[in-house]
Amino acid sequence: MEGMIMAHESDLNLKATELRLGLPGTDECEEMVSAAKNNKRASPESVEECGSKGTCAAKSSEHETAPAPKAQIVGWPPVRSYRKNNLQPKKTESESGIYVKVSMDGAPYLRKIDLKVYNGYPELLKALETMFKLTIGEYSEREGYKGSEYAPAYEDKDGDLMLVGDVPWDMFMSSCKRLRIMKGSEARGLGGAL
Amino acid sequence: MNPDPKKSKVLPSNLPNSNGSSHPHSLFPDEVLEKVLSLIDSHKDRNSVSLVCKDWYNAERWTRSNLFIGNCYSVSPEIVARRFAKIKSVRLKGKPRFSDFNMLPRDWGANVHSWLVMFAKAYPFLEELRLKRMTVSDESMELLAKSFPQFRALSLSSCDGFTDDGLKAITTHCGNLTELDIQDSVTVDVGGGWLSCFPENFSSLEILNFSSLNSEVSFEALEKLVSRCRSLRVLKVNENITLDQLQRLLVHAPLLTELSTGSFLQELTPRQYEDIESAFGNSKNLQVLSGLWDATSFYLPVLYGACSGLTFLNLSDAVLQSGELAKLLAHCPNLRRLWVIDTVEDKGLEAVGSSCPLLEELRVFPVDPYDLDHRHGVTEMGFLAVSRGCRKLRYVLYFCRRMTNAAVVTIVQNCPDFTHFRLCIMNPRQPDFLTNEPMDEAFGAVAKNCTKLRRLSVSGLLTDTTFEYIGKYAKNLETLSVAFAGSSDRGMQCVLEGCPKLRKLEIRDCPFGNAALLSGLKKYEMMRSLWMSACNLTMKGCRLLAREMPRLNVEVIKDDGSDEIQADKVYVYRSVAGPRQDAPSVVLTL
Repeated sequence: MEGMIMAHESDLNLKATELRLGLPGTDECEEMVSAAKNNKRASPESVEECGSKGTCAAKSSEHETAPAPKAQIVGWPPVRSYRKNNLQPKKTESESGIYVKVSMDGAPYLRKIDLKVYNGYPELLKALETMFKLTIGEYSEREGYKGSEYAPAYEDKDGDLMLVGDVPWDMFMSSCKRLRIMKGSEARGLGGAL
Repeated sequence: MNPDPKKSKVLPSNLPNSNGSSHPHSLFPDEVLEKVLSLIDSHKDRNSVSLVCKDWYNAERWTRSNLFIGNCYSVSPEIVARRFAKIKSVRLKGKPRFSDFNMLPRDWGANVHSWLVMFAKAYPFLEELRLKRMTVSDESMELLAKSFPQFRALSLSSCDGFTDDGLKAITTHCGNLTELDIQDSVTVDVGGGWLSCFPENFSSLEILNFSSLNSEVSFEALEKLVSRCRSLRVLKVNENITLDQLQRLLVHAPLLTELSTGSFLQELTPRQYEDIESAFGNSKNLQVLSGLWDATSFYLPVLYGACSGLTFLNLSDAVLQSGELAKLLAHCPNLRRLWVIDTVEDKGLEAVGSSCPLLEELRVFPVDPYDLDHRHGVTEMGFLAVSRGCRKLRYVLYFCRRMTNAAVVTIVQNCPDFTHFRLCIMNPRQPDFLTNEPMDEAFGAVAKNCTKLRRLSVSGLLTDTTFEYIGKYAKNLETLSVAFAGSSDRGMQCVLEGCPKLRKLEIRDCPFGNAALLSGLKKYEMMRSLWMSACNLTMKGCRLLAREMPRLNVEVIKDDGSDEIQADKVYVYRSVAGPRQDAPSVVLTL
């Protein structure tokens, strides 16, 4: 990597003589090339040094046209590592999952699922469909799960039977006590209520 | 020239000057001088006092009780022990700040042990120890616990190296402990047994902070501890404490002034919800609130009763949306300091601007620093909105994905009182979002308008012009952090020549080379430290610096795979203790 060593010792305008693919005039200083291009100086994780003009002296050819996945730079942005750990979504390692019983009209026994495992209604409904081998259909605010053989309902904190999907996911997660998959014909009464 | 300079300095000018007297001390006894000096707390003032004359130097060193050492390697334990006789409280800082971002090897140094050995001999009446970025082993903690019978306060900020055993030694043996604060110190697998080791009759605790420890403590032990420590005013628990557990703790400690909650997500019965709501309502003295992990719009309202007195709200662990923040802030009219995550977006910051007229400090952290798609978070609009509503702003830390020169110019016109301006445009070398120009004018405006500026962090696409501005206008600047910026050596030179009060300079990934480094030869002795990594420094330049300035320690950290010519990471600091003896093999002292 000649270019890098020379950049340190002199003010050569390497930009003018460098070989690169891509349209003239494109200046890509934001693209941090992975250090595979610059194995003389950098450790695998650190960013490539830029030349004296503040521009990248050597580039990988893949980075000229498509927006390449940028390499992660060590220590940048300058956010403390303990803080980063705290903000990762904690779906799997929660101390207590939110387990609720799921009954299906006509089935002999109930199932139990952990609501914390799901990111939102689509995932939950998909899981229910798989678990009970049925289809639930699309939710609409006006008509609930019209046209489907089954509709998902739940019992909330106050003991009321509610249609799944009406309230924001977070509120559902904290108020759902148990799930009940009802026959579509019975559920129609719920769908129209606002 | 006064023939007796000692006499003229010791005597106050309005006392009659007895000519020919050869006993100046009988007019101004040491005891009086010491009594007066013992009233001076600030270490900066004391350092000045000690330079006046030998008498004052001695009087000062006999009366200093608070020791502050900003760089543990700038002086040795032996030198300290020889100079000061009566130290009761120590504040000691170790690693350079970039160690927070994993830029230092694990065993770089800053181990407190040799200091504790000296303290045990020279200052057995030590009461307080506050460490920042130091390594503290279990062995050190045991030594600490057993050597100082009057020990009261231990604060470990961003420290590492200890486990449950070390903490157990502290809680078991320090019978007079009033403060145990392990803020930001994360050690893997610390364990939670230490909390259960406080003796049954132990009740002196006033400050307890274990919010950053991952492990579970015994809630039963914690509840008992809180109920018998009637003077407890600061309680910061970790995420493992649930909401209903928190409620029980609050009932035992209604006089808390600072609280960090545990997890805020838990299925509560209506009764439990009411209970926690009323517990917060009864916490009339709360000024500082943090924690709130996983808080959602459903549970935040339980806080409202405690918010009217809040001056510092730290939401940096609560992933909130703009609406949730707005509703919460409506209850917090007295806020002076606010930390949030950028999920609140510009809309949330508009609420900050309109709800918090007394705000002095704002920090906005990125929820996902490595999300390189940059579609979310805050922009220049949010910062502008805050600056319009919060004219008293003096401290800002702002992580954003885009910024414009025009916005920053307006912001510092709205808020000229900035003392700390830390702007992090997360994409390195990103230009002005609208004009595509460098961000030089933005930081130029900051330097020009904010005459009280003491700390500055720059980012975005910057040429040497930025540093010309800084050198020209930022006359009170003490700390400067630079990354991915500048065009040539001239940039760094402007700063070194122009900023008389500069104490800490940290630089990474900039095109500054040996010429820039060497232009600051004389300056570095007046500074605490210089850090330069991934710049254009060579071993040759560093050796030259080390040779010319024997009272500087010039340390080079070698990265794997680097050659013999480049100096990858360079740390330069003044020291009267000479080169350190505990450097690991990857650190070369030149």
